[in-house]
Amino acid sequence: MKKIIRKIAAITLAAVVAAALLAGYAFAADDVVYRTVDEIKESGTINIGVFSDKSPFGYVDEYGEYQGYDVYFAQRLAQDLGVEINYISTEAANRIEYLQTGKVDVILANFTVTEERAQEVDFALPYMNVALGIVSHDDRVIRDLSEIGADDRIIVISGTTAETYLVKNYPDILLQKFDTYAAAKSAFENGTGVCWANDNTEVIAFAIENEGYTVGIESLGSADTIAPAVTKGNESLLNWLNDEIKALGEEKFFHADYEATLAETYGLDYEDTLVVEGGVVAAAE
Amino acid sequence: MPDLGLDVLFKGINMQRLLGGLWVSLRISLIAIAISIFLGLVVGWLMTRKNIVIKAVTRVYLEIVRIMPQMVLLFIVFFGTTRLFGWNIDAELSSVIVFSFWGVAEMSDLVRSALISIPKHQYESAYALGMSEGQTYLSVIIPQTFRRLIPLAINLITRMIKTTSLVMMIGVVEVLKVGQQIIEANRKASPNAAFGVYLTVFVLYFIVCWPISMFSKRLEKKWS
Repeated sequence: MKKIIRKIAAITLAAVVAAALLAGYAFAADDVVYRTVDEIKESGTINIGVFSDKSPFGYVDEYGEYQGYDVYFAQRLAQDLGVEINYISTEAANRIEYLQTGKVDVILANFTVTEERAQEVDFALPYMNVALGIVSHDDRVIRDLSEIGADDRIIVISGTTAETYLVKNYPDILLQKFDTYAAAKSAFENGTGVCWANDNTEVIAFAIENEGYTVGIESLGSADTIAPAVTKGNESLLNWLNDEIKALGEEKFFHADYEATLAETYGLDYEDTLVVEGGVVAAAE
Repeated sequence: MPDLGLDVLFKGINMQRLLGGLWVSLRISLIAIAISIFLGLVVGWLMTRKNIVIKAVTRVYLEIVRIMPQMVLLFIVFFGTTRLFGWNIDAELSSVIVFSFWGVAEMSDLVRSALISIPKHQYESAYALGMSEGQTYLSVIIPQTFRRLIPLAINLITRMIKTTSLVMMIGVVEVLKVGQQIIEANRKASPNAAFGVYLTVFVLYFIVCWPISMFSKRLEKKWS
């Protein structure tokens, strides 16, 4: 009995210490962790967080060089600042943490602007659109969701924004859910479901890579944007980025970026659907 | 023969990049293992002492390591210390710190259990033969402890090597991350790359861990 009590005491104490560590971690004083534009220029290097495994947005090629739509933009930023780039390979789950600790100056990792994230970091003007898209078989192209019959099913991958959106806004449409991309793909190819809803970049790439499919709906639901993010409160860098994005709009920089990095995957037809130029999101069609 | 997607390994310097990633994993784990073995022996021996303070401190330390996932520890050391104290610990150094923190705790617990598993009469017989405490440890207790320790320690060491894949979460690009980069960069050109690359990563881990377990088998045989 004494032993058990001692054991419980040890575990409780350890849990308290662990909790205290975590609590201290969460409520740490906010000192200024970010670097202003002048400080970055002075140091000669900018730390940019990018994905290293999200082709064609941010990836590493076979020679170990960072490439992609986000990286093309990063290179331009560094060039205009007159500094070298130190790329940091980020994961979806640690992007905010990197900014809040000032370990990167800018995140350019396919970062979708959402309200929750905007509480934690500051987003600059957007440089890309993301929305949902729907791909169908060529023999029956769905161009509007009203064409979906009572018995027709739409394929979705569980846990994606497509699923959430359809369940919320079109509760009457039947869904056929799959856990993985591969399962959804083979089911769709074998004739399950009349169409497949996913991020529009995904369905566009699918239609281009596979014969016999058409993207009937290119942009559905709440149109989100992708934007660079900086540490909350870093006005200096935020303003510089916004001015830079506006200035780049005049030379159609992001169209050039698209043609250099994304056209191979998505083709030129979707250039205006995906690209945001000069930070101005075109009005929804 | 089915396409195993091995062709991507020969593109550019991909194989070299994978080996470079393996070296990063090994560098982190080997340093942490060396620290864990050394400090683990000391702390493990301390744990068998009757001192109540030492006992309490080591106990709490061990429980913390058991409660906290390594991933949380990595985030605390890498991001947390920056938030709390403004320290900027390099990602690789953070990894070594976390893996040592974990390794010392587990190692010392193994050492402790190996030490207390030696029957009391071994000590008593040695003393009865007129051996000093130092002599007793050196020639009677430690050799027996080691024999019991080796298989358990090897298990821990190989586990530490494999767990280094977590360090990608704090931006360290190690072998598995390089593998994922290669797979993703070739998603269109070689859709089967995932199989070939993961197979290669498996072989690389195997090449590293297998000699370690062979070595331990030989030691066990030699000492039994």
